[in-house]
Amino acid sequence: MEAIAVQELSKLYPTRDGSVHALQQISFSVSEGEFVAVVGPSGCGKSTLLKILAGILPASKGDARLRGTPITGPRRDIGVVFQSPVLLPWRSILDNVLLPIDVQRLGRDGHLKVAMDLLSLVGLEGFERRYPWELSGGMQQRVAITRALIHDPAMLLMDEPFGALDAMTREQMNLELQRIWLERKKTVLFITHSIPEAVFLADRVLVMTPRPGRIMDDVLVKIPRPRALEVMNFPEFAPYVHCIRERFSAKGVIDS
Amino acid sequence: MKGMRNVALTILLFCSSVLAWELIVRAFEVPTFIFPAPSKVAIALWRGFASGLYQKHLAHTLLETVLGFLLGSALGFFLGTAVALSRYVEYFFYPYIVMFQSLPKVALAPLIVVWFGLGLKSQVINAALVAFFPLLVNTIVGLKSTDEDRMNLMRSLAASESQVFWMLRLPNALPFVMAGLDVAMIFALIGAIVAEFVGARAGLGMLIQSMNFNMDVSGQFSVLLILSIVGLLLNRCILLIRRRVLFWDPSEKERLERERIAL
Repeated sequence: MEAIAVQELSKLYPTRDGSVHALQQISFSVSEGEFVAVVGPSGCGKSTLLKILAGILPASKGDARLRGTPITGPRRDIGVVFQSPVLLPWRSILDNVLLPIDVQRLGRDGHLKVAMDLLSLVGLEGFERRYPWELSGGMQQRVAITRALIHDPAMLLMDEPFGALDAMTREQMNLELQRIWLERKKTVLFITHSIPEAVFLADRVLVMTPRPGRIMDDVLVKIPRPRALEVMNFPEFAPYVHCIRERFSAKGVIDS
Repeated sequence: MKGMRNVALTILLFCSSVLAWELIVRAFEVPTFIFPAPSKVAIALWRGFASGLYQKHLAHTLLETVLGFLLGSALGFFLGTAVALSRYVEYFFYPYIVMFQSLPKVALAPLIVVWFGLGLKSQVINAALVAFFPLLVNTIVGLKSTDEDRMNLMRSLAASESQVFWMLRLPNALPFVMAGLDVAMIFALIGAIVAEFVGARAGLGMLIQSMNFNMDVSGQFSVLLILSIVGLLLNRCILLIRRRVLFWDPSEKERLERERIAL
């Protein structure tokens, strides 16, 4: 069974003069355990796609299924990581991580150890009693990832999670995300506007056109894992980036 | 070391201004019924407390203020929550609330005395009326100011409406609610004093009124001094609660930082 199956999915936003197509007849699928990146310029409807999959936003037309069942609303077997960490300042780091447990009433006692293990997996042991404002941006985003993993979802939806971080922290986070993924083997849908980031992280890269959002290419990345940061300098890395960038410049998205 | 010096400077400044006041009043022979010297005020203060008169009236005013504050802010908070959560309540009640809000509440004091008499009840009601609005307005604004990203997070977790309220909207509204309490406390004191002016059997406001009839200006000054200290202490109480509740709020941390520098 496919983890994510999307058929002819469209999303229209009504405006004063007619409606705007944010997504137009998108179809793709993601297998269990696969890491898929969606790359596209801003305003191509990437975030809309993620919100539909997360069940926060209804689709206008078409069919989207997660693990065989149509999406009708938010689901408890997915974890979402947003662009900003969105931590609640009145909760300590541990309480932030346990938020999904509190909401879904899964019992704190049984999940305390899970939370501590996850925090040490992302390198934040000893920070559980701290508060969000005491942490740097990169650390906060790590807490957000931990929170998305706490209820052991089958799937992670990530919406440009490292977009707000500086370049060095971002590379660090890419490495860590890969490590977490290799260890936990979750299905990941990762949205980004950085082509190298997409190629570095993903098994497959879906390339989206600007408005109306459509998928124009599906690139399989055959670079063995685990990938170190040096992979970006390897001769096999550049052609992927080049090929994807070509597609954008052909569409007039990037000036070449 | 620097803190000690600042405290010493503050005390010195206070003492010298009181001394200047005393000297100026004596030098220009200002009559006591116009502007009493601080020594006269101090004597009035001592007499008032020694006879037990001030304690009795102070206790009365404090009771009115605190009861009025609790009643008014609780009502304001609950009605504000209802308005923020229910579109119907907002639609049907909000116009009246706006209308009532633009009315100076102290203007109702004479009516309230007619309805509820000269006793404690009418002062408490008056204090509550004045304290009600800051809480109402701030609660509405606070509950409606929830960040869209945080809303999306809660939605993505399939949180119920009541979970969103308790885990997100209410804590998010607390800085606004606390700011409302801050104002409501002082407003309640104003409401209580005005009600006593209009008609009461006890209280510091009533005392001021009767001293005014007797041209006892030093006495009035001494009561004013008590009132400002009472206001300050009540405000401090709210501040202490606020610091406990809002330890995570950035503006609260800033305020702490400022106070540390000031000392």
